[in-house]
Amino acid sequence: MKKVYKIEVDCANCSSKMEAATKKTAGVKDAVINFMTQKLTVEFEDGADITAVMKDVLKACKKVESDCEIYL
Amino acid sequence: MTKKQRKMLCRIIAALLMMIVLSVFITEGLVRFILYLIPYAVIGYDILIKAAKGILNKQVFDENFLMAIATLGALLLGALQNGDYTEAVAVMLFYQIGELFQSYAVGKSRRNIGALMDIRPDYANVEVDGKLIKVDPDEVEIGTIITVRPGEKVAIDGVVVDGASSLNTSALTGESLPRDVKCGDDIISGCINLTGVLKIRTTKEFGESTVSKILDLVENASSRKSKSEAFISKFAKIYTPAVCYSALALALIPPLVSLPFSADANWSVWLYRALSFLVASCPCALVISIPLTFFAGIGGASKEGILIKGSNYLEALSQTGYVVFDKTGTLTQGVFEVAEISAANMSEESLLEFAALAESASSHPISKSIISTYGKELERSRVTDIKEFSGEGVTAKVDSRAVCAGNKKLMERFKIDCAEIDTIGTIVYLAIDGKYAGHIAISDKVKPNSEKAISALKKAGIKKTVMLTGDSKAVAESVAAELKLDEVFGELLPADKVSRVEELLCEKPKKLKLAFVGDGINDAPVLSRADIGIAMGAMGSDAAIEAADIVLMDDDPLKIAKAVKISRNCLSIVYQNIVFAIGVKVLSLILVALGFANMWLAIFADVGVMIIAVLNAIRALFVKKL
Repeated sequence: MKKVYKIEVDCANCSSKMEAATKKTAGVKDAVINFMTQKLTVEFEDGADITAVMKDVLKACKKVESDCEIYL
Repeated sequence: MTKKQRKMLCRIIAALLMMIVLSVFITEGLVRFILYLIPYAVIGYDILIKAAKGILNKQVFDENFLMAIATLGALLLGALQNGDYTEAVAVMLFYQIGELFQSYAVGKSRRNIGALMDIRPDYANVEVDGKLIKVDPDEVEIGTIITVRPGEKVAIDGVVVDGASSLNTSALTGESLPRDVKCGDDIISGCINLTGVLKIRTTKEFGESTVSKILDLVENASSRKSKSEAFISKFAKIYTPAVCYSALALALIPPLVSLPFSADANWSVWLYRALSFLVASCPCALVISIPLTFFAGIGGASKEGILIKGSNYLEALSQTGYVVFDKTGTLTQGVFEVAEISAANMSEESLLEFAALAESASSHPISKSIISTYGKELERSRVTDIKEFSGEGVTAKVDSRAVCAGNKKLMERFKIDCAEIDTIGTIVYLAIDGKYAGHIAISDKVKPNSEKAISALKKAGIKKTVMLTGDSKAVAESVAAELKLDEVFGELLPADKVSRVEELLCEKPKKLKLAFVGDGINDAPVLSRADIGIAMGAMGSDAAIEAADIVLMDDDPLKIAKAVKISRNCLSIVYQNIVFAIGVKVLSLILVALGFANMWLAIFADVGVMIIAVLNAIRALFVKKL
C-alpha cells in the first residue's frame, strides 16, 4: 500500500531528516521525500493502520523539524 | 510569497528599523543590553526555539544550533566588553535575510519547473443527457466517450470516434509541429487539441493513461539520488559536527597554549573567532543547490521531450562513452516497405496476392507491409491450414494450393530450391505447391535524423557507436555504412544482444558508461542490462516507459546527443557549485580562524555563496541552445 502526501518543508537537509524519521516509524516499509515537488511517498507494511501510522509519522517529523507540515 | 515568507519579511523590516533607531539614541549599561535584546528576539526567536527543541530531541548540530550559539556568544561578549550588540543582531538579521531569499528563490524555481512539467489535465468533458459536464478524469470509466474542444487537453488515452483536428504534442514530445488526427486514430493524453472538436472513446483509465505515467515518472525522478547528492548529504553529516568541534578547539586551545607564556590569554579574541567560525560554516549553499540543479536539468530535458527517470541517470549519462543502438525502430523507422517483387512463372500481382493471403493472420511487421502493399480486401475464406514457423515464416493453403512464405531457412526445411538473391533487405521467398515461385524484398527506411544523430554523438565525444540487430548481416552492414557506425553485429537473437552488450561492458574503460538505445519492445532485457537504457517512447509505449531509464518521447535519435549535452551541462554546474561553495567556505573559515575576517564578512560570504549557487543552479533549466 502506497500513499502520497503533500508536505511543506523549507530546506533540503530537513527533508532528508524527515525522510529518515518516517522510515524509522513502525508500520512504514519505505518512504521517499521529494523536496522539489514537496511530496512524501509512504509505503506501508501490510495490514498497517494508515491513519495511526501517519499520526506517528507526523509526530516523528515534527520532532526532527518543528517547522514541517504534512497534509494528511 | 507565502504567508510564512511575508511574516518573515515583516520581522526583518521591524528589526532593521529598530536597529536604526537604537543606533541613533545612545544608551548605556543594562538598559542598552535590554533594548538591543528586543530586535534580537524579534528576528531570532524562532531560531532559538528551534535550537532548543533540537537539543531536547537530540538533534544537535544543525544550522539553528550554529546560529543560536554564535549570536548568543556575541551578545555575551558584547555585555562583557564594550557593549557592542550590533554584531549579534546583524548576524541574525543577515542570516534570516539569506534564509528568506533561499526559500523564495527555491520555491519560485520549484514552481517554474513544476509548471513546465505540468501536463496534468484537470477535467474531462462527458456527455450526460445531451449536456456536456466536466468530471474528474479519475472517475471516467473505460469506453466512455469524452469530448475535447479546441484549446483543451486530452485527458485520457483513447480512439477518435468523431471529428478531426490537429494536436499539439509539444508537452509530451518537445516536437512543435502539430500532429493531425482523424476518426479511428489512437490519441494519447496530454496533447492539446488545436482546431476541431474531437469525440474520443477512452481505452484506458486515467491512472493508466500516458499523461499519468509520465507525470508519475517525472515527479519521482528527483527521488532517485545521484552520487553527487549522496556525497553532499554524507558531507553535511560529517561536516557540521566537525565544524563545531573545530570551533570549540579554536576557542580553547590557543588561549590555553599561550597561558603559561603571557598574562593575557586573549580569551575573548579567540572566543569571537570561534563564533565567527561557526557563522561562516553553514553548509546551506551546497545542500540546496545540488538537488536544485538536478531538478532543473531534468525539468529542462523533459521540456525537450527527453524524460529522465532520476538524477542518478542524468549523472551516468554525462559519462557516456559507448552508445549501442538497436536497428529497427531506433535508427530505422521500423516501417517496412515492399521494395521489389520478382515472380518466377506468374504475374507479380498474383504472387503478391498469394503472399498476402498466406500471411493474413500474422501480425509480424513484414507480413503487415506485404498486406498493406497488396492493399485489397483479404478474403480470409480462401485461406486454410495456416501454420507459423517462428523466425522462419508461414505455410498455408490458399485456394487449396500449398503456399510457403518465409526466409531461406523455411525453404530449406521444405527442400525447395531457390536462387540466392543479393538485394539488400529482408527477402521473403515464396513457394507454391512445393515449387519456387518468386520473392518479395522488403526494406526498412533509415530515419531522416539518424546520420545526423551519429555525427552529433561523435562531436559530443562519444568514443564508440555500435549497432546490434536481428536482421541479416548484409542489411546491418549497409545501414552501418550509411550511418558511419563504428561496429555492427547482425543476425542476433534477443539473448545474443544481451551477451554482446555484456562483452562491450567488459571491454570499455571503467570510467565510461554504456548506453543502449532501443525501442523497448523486444529489447527490455538489454535496456536494463546496460548502464543507461534509453528507449524510443513510441508516443507512449508502456513497455518502453517501464523498462528504460531515459525515454525519448518523439523517437528522434538526434535527441540522444542532446540528452548527453544536457546531462553534461547539468553536471558541470553541479561541480561548479560544489567547488565554488566548498572553496569559499574553506577560504572564509581560514580567514576567520586567523583573525583576518570578522562575523560580518562571514555571514556575507555565507549568504552570497548561497545566492550565487542557487542562481547558477537555475542555469541547468536552459537547454534549448545546447
